[in-house]
Amino acid sequence: MDFLLIQALSGLASAASLFLVASGLSIIFGVTRIVNFAHGAFYMLGAYAAFTLTDRFAGPLGFWGGLLVASLAVAAVGALMEVVLLRRIYQAPELFQLLATFGVTLMVQDLVVLIWGPDDLMGPRAPGFTGAFSLFGRLVPTYDILLILLGPVVLGLLWLLFHRTRWGVLVRAATQDREMVSSLGVNQKWLFTSVFALGVFLAALGGALQIPRTTVTHYMDLSIIVEVFVVVVIGGLGSVTGAFVAAVLVSELNAFGILVLPKISMITVFLVMAVVLVVRPWGLFGKPDAAPRASAGISVRPWKPMSALERGGVALVVLLAALLPFVSGSYALSVGSEILVFVLFAASLHFMMTVGGLASFGHAAYFGLGAYGAAFAVTYFGVPMEAALVLGPVLGLVGAVLFGWFCVRLSGVYFAMLTLAFAQITWSIAFQWVEVTGGDNGILGIWPSAWASTPQGFYWLALGVVVVGVAVLRMLVFSPFGFGLRAARDSGLRAEAIGIDAKRTQWAAFVVAGTFAGIAGALFAFLKGSVFPETLAIPMSVDGLVMVLLGGIETVSGAVVGAVVYKALAIWLMSQTELSKLVLGGIIVLLVVAFPKGIVGFIEDWRHRRPPAPNGAGPEAMGIAKVEAAQ
Amino acid sequence: MTSLLEVKGLVKSYSGVHAVRGVSFSLEAGEILALIGPNGAGKSTCFNMLNGQIRPNAGSIKLDGQEIVGLPPRTVWRRGVGRTFQITATFSSMTVRENVQVTLLSYHRRLWSGLGYAGAAYREEADALLSLVGMEQQADRPCGELAYGDLKRLELAVALANQPRLLLMDEPTAGMAPKERVELMRLTAEIARKKDIGVLFTEHDMDVVFEHADAVMVLNRGELIARGSPQEVRRDPHVQAIYLGEGLLYDAKHREEAVQ
Repeated sequence: MDFLLIQALSGLASAASLFLVASGLSIIFGVTRIVNFAHGAFYMLGAYAAFTLTDRFAGPLGFWGGLLVASLAVAAVGALMEVVLLRRIYQAPELFQLLATFGVTLMVQDLVVLIWGPDDLMGPRAPGFTGAFSLFGRLVPTYDILLILLGPVVLGLLWLLFHRTRWGVLVRAATQDREMVSSLGVNQKWLFTSVFALGVFLAALGGALQIPRTTVTHYMDLSIIVEVFVVVVIGGLGSVTGAFVAAVLVSELNAFGILVLPKISMITVFLVMAVVLVVRPWGLFGKPDAAPRASAGISVRPWKPMSALERGGVALVVLLAALLPFVSGSYALSVGSEILVFVLFAASLHFMMTVGGLASFGHAAYFGLGAYGAAFAVTYFGVPMEAALVLGPVLGLVGAVLFGWFCVRLSGVYFAMLTLAFAQITWSIAFQWVEVTGGDNGILGIWPSAWASTPQGFYWLALGVVVVGVAVLRMLVFSPFGFGLRAARDSGLRAEAIGIDAKRTQWAAFVVAGTFAGIAGALFAFLKGSVFPETLAIPMSVDGLVMVLLGGIETVSGAVVGAVVYKALAIWLMSQTELSKLVLGGIIVLLVVAFPKGIVGFIEDWRHRRPPAPNGAGPEAMGIAKVEAAQ
Repeated sequence: MTSLLEVKGLVKSYSGVHAVRGVSFSLEAGEILALIGPNGAGKSTCFNMLNGQIRPNAGSIKLDGQEIVGLPPRTVWRRGVGRTFQITATFSSMTVRENVQVTLLSYHRRLWSGLGYAGAAYREEADALLSLVGMEQQADRPCGELAYGDLKRLELAVALANQPRLLLMDEPTAGMAPKERVELMRLTAEIARKKDIGVLFTEHDMDVVFEHADAVMVLNRGELIARGSPQEVRRDPHVQAIYLGEGLLYDAKHREEAVQ
């Protein structure tokens, strides 16, 4: 009994930081409608900055002053980011905002290592709270009690801020109706900036308060952001009270989950989240979003199947690709095989995102499941490669059937956050369930059959599978199913009114995309000869998103081009620089701000801007039709 | 003989606010019935209950004698109810023709097929529907760049694609030019008579209502206060006082004086 109490107290203490970060995210979303992926990065920066300051200035004033100054400094950095970056993309689709803030996260990861070094740092204890007191014969750190009290205090302060100050009233008004507030003469720009700064301040403070409890590491950003996403999904985006309740809930589940299922403690949190989402899809304290914005695309031009000429061009490119083994060496071929695998991965994500309007931030889960599925088939059942390439993707399919059922209930940012959370759960299972997955050591010895064991053989195998896979996906786009899927994306209301079961259609698309990602993953396992948890990690999901974005979100098959360019660039960058995340993050931010339509979208725009053909099949003919219709 | 649509005691309240309280009416095949009432009278709530988008708290809705309360919109549509929306809902990434084609594919239950080019399916039927509403010239245009009036016409074509027996039109002419309004409703009336479709529509434009409706129902604060021919409703003093207001009374008096 007393043990349970101690465990509960420890959970409550963890909830404090989680609440601070989650409430910051929620406040920012409420007003700006941006889900700030970089929130974890600010949390981490808060911890690092606090470490430096408290390290330099000792004593109670140095410590508490250091935490405050560190949080304020990070808030200033956040405000700067809002002014420089976010102001340019407030009108962009949610996906672009998530990606841009993710780009910032990547950059911060490398910057932190540059400034503070790669080693974990141990911060000082809090002056006055270094001791512990005895409760039922067990020791409870006094700092934990301070944190437990801090949570409700901050909640109360935030309530006072939002209900008793003019600024708070404006923020609440803007949360309800931004247009109205701006038409009443409020300077929205600075309101947004101040809200963003407050949110970042809370995140940084959450990080700073952690230094007496845990070490400061350069990967603490991703672990907190996933937990925070889970918290706001459960509590409801935009609700501070919801963030508090959910933070306590999640922390307690974590504290007790370890007792029940020590290996896969995240499962308990996941189960609770699943139940909440089924009962209240917008969270415990959230409100259903009245008008969800389109989750992908800016202005979609109607798609057409390829003309005979274009088909010929594609056939020629495939033929040239098939001839590559005759002219290049082993290294180029293995790079080529890897690029091909990612072409299929990106194409599967693109199908779901562009055609289905479902922007997944956790597509790596199905890629990784496919890879692990193939590895299990080889290791535990001893089947040959050919069978494993079929069995592996089945695991991706099963995962997509299970997770997809929950995910398609949501849309927009909720969908993105939930897919991310599922991917992270899958990752933690792969990482923690050492007996089955090998944990961090992965599964080795996944070798292809003899005929595909040479670089040439495997390259041809990959080319064959990928060409067929991309062709099937493209065929689906133009099939009746693809039309129904686009209908559900364009207008759920109209789709239901013409007999389309939108959720089931989207679920099916989710499963298709997951299965094809699984095929890519199974190929990847045989290409590398091994499987590691990284195949399901967040960076893999984001790689896919960047490929789709780079190729062009509004195109039918832009992801193919995006994958080739991006993967080649990434492999080259890795060999050239230590700071690949910094460069990659910069590229993502630049892409979102400057080239939101991607490479293929850019080319298509350019083609459509050319003067019309003399036979009149151009914009002029359209003009005539318009005049006739008007008459 | 059962009516095409038989509504009895329909009730809907939102956390204590009674939006619709005890609405009952019937509609015959081929009849064009207007539902009018001031803003907030509960017209859209009624509409959304009829096609299954909102579930009523109580009451019954029978289509050809069969209960449809509790069915989702897509099932109601399969039973032969087409509808247009107050704010048009179309598929903006598709061409005008593709909008109709996807509806036809759904009607023929072919949307789960992953084979074949959907843009080639039911082309003639789609074009026939488009020319019915005068949109054949714009079949290849992206739906996203249509003028609002054209979107309303496209919605009508889409709503007719499943051979409906009942057509629900929520403010079909809102946002259209006066000339277009009359044209669209004339067209609707013509199609309805020819195909024996029952039409229920809401409308704020009284010219449209009185010219095209066979009968008019007046909804006020969630209750039906009158039903009758346009002339009867126009003359009903109760309706004039509650809904049409002083302005129209003044207008009517003036006209009488002018006649005298």
